[in-house]
Amino acid sequence: MITVLFVAFAAILVVSSLLVILHRSPVTSALFLVLAFCSLAAIYLLLHAEFIGLVQVVVYAGAIMVLFLFVIMYLNLGQDVESGATVVLRRGLGWLLGAALVAEGALLLAGRLAPGPAAPPALAAAAGAGNTQQIGLLLYSRYLFPFEITSIILLVAMIGVIVIARGLREAAPAEPAAASAPAGAAAPDDAPGEDA
Amino acid sequence: MNGMTAFFRDSTVQIAFWGLVKIVVILFVMLGVVAYLTFFERKIAGHIQSRPGPNLVGPWGLFQPLADILKLFLKEEFIPDRANKILFHVAPILAVAPALTSFAVVPIGPDFIVTDVNVGLLVFLAMSSLGVYALTLAGWSSNNKYALLGGLRSAAQMVSYELALGLSTIGVILLAGSLSLVDIVHAQSGAFTLGPLALPRWFVFTQPVAFVIFLVCAFAETNRAPFDLPEGESELVGGFHTEYSSMKWAMFFLGEYMNMLTISSITVTLFLGGWNGPWLPDSLKFLWFFGKLFALIFLFMWVRWTFPRLRYDQLMAFGWKVLLPIALLNVLATGTAVYWVGNR
Repeated sequence: MITVLFVAFAAILVVSSLLVILHRSPVTSALFLVLAFCSLAAIYLLLHAEFIGLVQVVVYAGAIMVLFLFVIMYLNLGQDVESGATVVLRRGLGWLLGAALVAEGALLLAGRLAPGPAAPPALAAAAGAGNTQQIGLLLYSRYLFPFEITSIILLVAMIGVIVIARGLREAAPAEPAAASAPAGAAAPDDAPGEDA
Repeated sequence: MNGMTAFFRDSTVQIAFWGLVKIVVILFVMLGVVAYLTFFERKIAGHIQSRPGPNLVGPWGLFQPLADILKLFLKEEFIPDRANKILFHVAPILAVAPALTSFAVVPIGPDFIVTDVNVGLLVFLAMSSLGVYALTLAGWSSNNKYALLGGLRSAAQMVSYELALGLSTIGVILLAGSLSLVDIVHAQSGAFTLGPLALPRWFVFTQPVAFVIFLVCAFAETNRAPFDLPEGESELVGGFHTEYSSMKWAMFFLGEYMNMLTISSITVTLFLGGWNGPWLPDSLKFLWFFGKLFALIFLFMWVRWTFPRLRYDQLMAFGWKVLLPIALLNVLATGTAVYWVGNR
């Protein structure tokens, strides 16, 4: 039963992830990314990582992707326009990085170079009642330093957004109507930092 | 035949079967309740505005919801030209499905719950955060500027208020020590006693600030007045559902009332003791749950018909500059108190 569900969600995950990069309409791409996040959350649930699975939905599918969609709709983006770097350069870089990623994955799988045991015994034992507590304990003891570094990076991003929005406001002091618009548009932009 | 019996005795099949039975019961009860909630809303609105409300169809107008449903089924279905057809169909489904899903983790009575998940509260938060897509996609796929503005407003509003909503539940989680809604209800059983006086151990008394924040955010999350800007009819025609008609429109209506039911149930579970209450035996404790639930829903309707709509900038400023800091302070204060009590 678990295997069937895993294969089903994994298939949805792979197909929707491919459609994210293959579909031309930005809104549809974003929605397939939401679907990908949700099927990833389902896979986490199958692994008994309920907390991670649902936080995945709350933060990524429920907050960050909503803001992505908000911006796409706000700017009324239509079809993907080929501009900026030349197509050849972008395609070449894409294939190069993709190949590197695939090679890396193959190497890890072949050598079984996972960073730890697939299911740490302590976590597997706690799967029934309290893996939320286990995550909290690990996060605030063993992984405290990376955790704090991450929060500082997010804080820097938030301050950066506010500085950029302020800069726009000061650049156009003569037009109060135009000045309030970028600030209003920027308000949702600083939210991902808060959410994550 | 023996194979069949063995199949039905299998524990996984049993869980799935009884789960399905409960889901079907809850689905049909909710559909019936929602139909009559519209009736009560109109009656309450009538009373508040000194008019009788619906009173012609059946005795005291009791068959009005049936007439409404029949009318909605018979109306012409209209899909605007150049609308995104697929998303236009998907959005109404997304309006109803998350509200129904999160009802699965609400403990209605001591023995009646579809499933006790150890992260039940997160299931609710996840589903309410997915509910935004219905309004946003409906607004975008309609190919109508008023609908788009309504959809954008709903996206910004719901994401902003979700933060304060989530943070206000942390106080409750700290006190209960669990994310499971069943454990949270059990943590609220009993009473504080001072001589002859007794106060139930509901979290509304130990977390009053969180309760107020949660309730305000609940109004905003369900897009009801005074936070109904996504459909503000005086400026946006009908907001995100301007282009919807017939049963698709009814699905949004259904979604709004189901969201109201779900978020009220969660409020009862988190702050008002769930099914806890005196006198009744365990098998009838669910009556307490429904009593509290309908008191809250009456509050929702009362607020809707007596408060004016906020201005958009007031709404955003209130969410980010008032509710969010207070919710953060509440987490800090509760954490300090829990630590102090635990280490005294």
